[in-house]
Amino acid sequence: VDLAPVLDGFGVVLEPTNLLYCLIGVVVGMLVGVLPGLGPAATIAILLPITIGIEPVTAIIMLAGIFYGAQYGGTITSVLLRLPGEASSVVTVFDGHALARNGRAGTALGIAAVGSFIGGTVSIVALSFVAPLVAGFALDFGPPEYTALALLGILLVATVSSGDRLKAVIAACLGLLLATVGRDSFTGAERFTFDNLSLADGLDFVPIAMGLFGLGEILYNLEERHRAVHAPAKVANVWPSGADLRQSSGAIGRGSVLGFFLGILPGGGATLASLAAYAVEKRRSKTPERFGRGAVEGVAAPESANNAAATSSFIPLLTLGIPANATMAVIFGALLIQGVSPGPQLVDQEPELFWGVVNSMYIGNILLLIMSIPLVGLFVKILRVRATILAPITVLITLVGVYTVNYDVFDIGLVVVFGALGYLMKKLGFDPGPLVLAFVLGSLLEDSLRRSLLLFDGDPTGFLTRPISGTLFVLFLVVAVLPAIQAVLHRRRASRRPAQSTAENKELV
Amino acid sequence: VTVLVAYVPTPEGDAAFAAAVEEAGRRGGRLVLLNTPREGAPVSAAMADEDAVRALVERAAAAGVGVEVHQEAHTGDVADEVVRVAGAVDAEMIVIGLRKRSPVGKLLMGSTAQRILLDADRPVLAVKP
Repeated sequence: VDLAPVLDGFGVVLEPTNLLYCLIGVVVGMLVGVLPGLGPAATIAILLPITIGIEPVTAIIMLAGIFYGAQYGGTITSVLLRLPGEASSVVTVFDGHALARNGRAGTALGIAAVGSFIGGTVSIVALSFVAPLVAGFALDFGPPEYTALALLGILLVATVSSGDRLKAVIAACLGLLLATVGRDSFTGAERFTFDNLSLADGLDFVPIAMGLFGLGEILYNLEERHRAVHAPAKVANVWPSGADLRQSSGAIGRGSVLGFFLGILPGGGATLASLAAYAVEKRRSKTPERFGRGAVEGVAAPESANNAAATSSFIPLLTLGIPANATMAVIFGALLIQGVSPGPQLVDQEPELFWGVVNSMYIGNILLLIMSIPLVGLFVKILRVRATILAPITVLITLVGVYTVNYDVFDIGLVVVFGALGYLMKKLGFDPGPLVLAFVLGSLLEDSLRRSLLLFDGDPTGFLTRPISGTLFVLFLVVAVLPAIQAVLHRRRASRRPAQSTAENKELV
Repeated sequence: VTVLVAYVPTPEGDAAFAAAVEEAGRRGGRLVLLNTPREGAPVSAAMADEDAVRALVERAAAAGVGVEVHQEAHTGDVADEVVRVAGAVDAEMIVIGLRKRSPVGKLLMGSTAQRILLDADRPVLAVKP
């Protein structure tokens, strides 16, 4: 490994501007992590316009800070109020809140902060070694490989993501369709533009992300009004004891490793990692009955895992140009706005950006560890702000923000339309994540598909003749067909069982 | 006989609670404790936590007074909610705590206590800490 660019990256991070934006990012991340409802994807989408005026490195450092900062913040409300601020902190509620009820809220928060820090840091170190390798490998990728990769990415996000698989696939298809709007880059033909000049260059990513994630989530949260109001929580003794740390060290280690690997997977990410880490700890434990009643491992494992996963999910984005989850899709959009196209060439061509962002995560994690332990009380105060005050301000920032991107009123209309779409999707149980992801990957997919067909003289079997794209397509088929096979097997087993039971009955008679 | 106390976890609220327990004991009635935060935020400083409520109930029980606790969130103005609940439980008296305010402060801030005093259709006991 060539160390010089890594060290140069630290030089980039330590520039005062970058340090400041890193701090802003993690503080904002922590705040949105604390607030239930507003997730990191929504926040990053809403803040996209303010990144336009600043340097690419600085912008991505801040946005990355929001993402991993939110993983810390989500813990706080899970532990203190039984109110997960983030989807990735849902499992922390079980043991975290149980500990708080036993008067050990401080222990839970302290362990979570230490676990998050270790998980995050382990993941950054692993990322520093793995990412250049993956990028080096991916440098040989041609259009056919990218076609396969984009297809596999969209499919995995649709199938692995929580919720209804069919609905996720429908959302992804809608995203792909939206990506086709605009002038065809090969022939110049206009598609779905309805002779509208604003649509001629295609739909912009920013208003779509801001509408679906930002406005959609705000509208959806306003509906949930009759939620219980909690008393302000008291926090004392935030430092975990040596015994607690020893007890949870194994859980932190396993959570970090598991989180790192699940984060790389498309569709994996922080939520899946925290669930898996909790399940693993519970299964491994000699005393599984303690889980749910205040086991420190039950806090340590998911919190280490979600931070490790948040960090490692940057690998597919920064090395392949394929976002692994909804938040990464928004950061992908931010990079495109900055004129940086993420891909395997990023490590070599933009080492300052790559290593600047990666190394900023060390600083960010240290800042979060420092902030999260003594300043918990301060962050919890934001929960006293009523939605009727918060929502209009957020909507205003969103609408003004999107206007400043192109100074085009059409974009405001787009945000409103996609906000309504996002609200309806959430209400009907559709996750907007696969839609945004498919939209982002749509142009890449179409571009590389058509390039490869030109390469193969229009023969689609050509995809299977190249080793990497062939493997990826086989993988794609396996992932696509597996659920159907499982369903058939399941049905057959279910139909065989009543037959068996009647046979047993006959024997008894 | 029912006495309603509008409670918030502050010195004023505690003073109102002490007076309400005494009043309920004298009348031989029960006490309805109304501690209602405003809806819309996940956390409200007006909400008393479980331990505090338990301590209050025990304090009243020691004085021989039974307590019924209402902690549902309200929309709109808290004064309306107090008057509404007083009517619903048919309270003989409402007990509230008063903050110390100058006339100018009163003019600028408005006052929940004042609205309860004006709107209630039953006796109101206002207590200062």
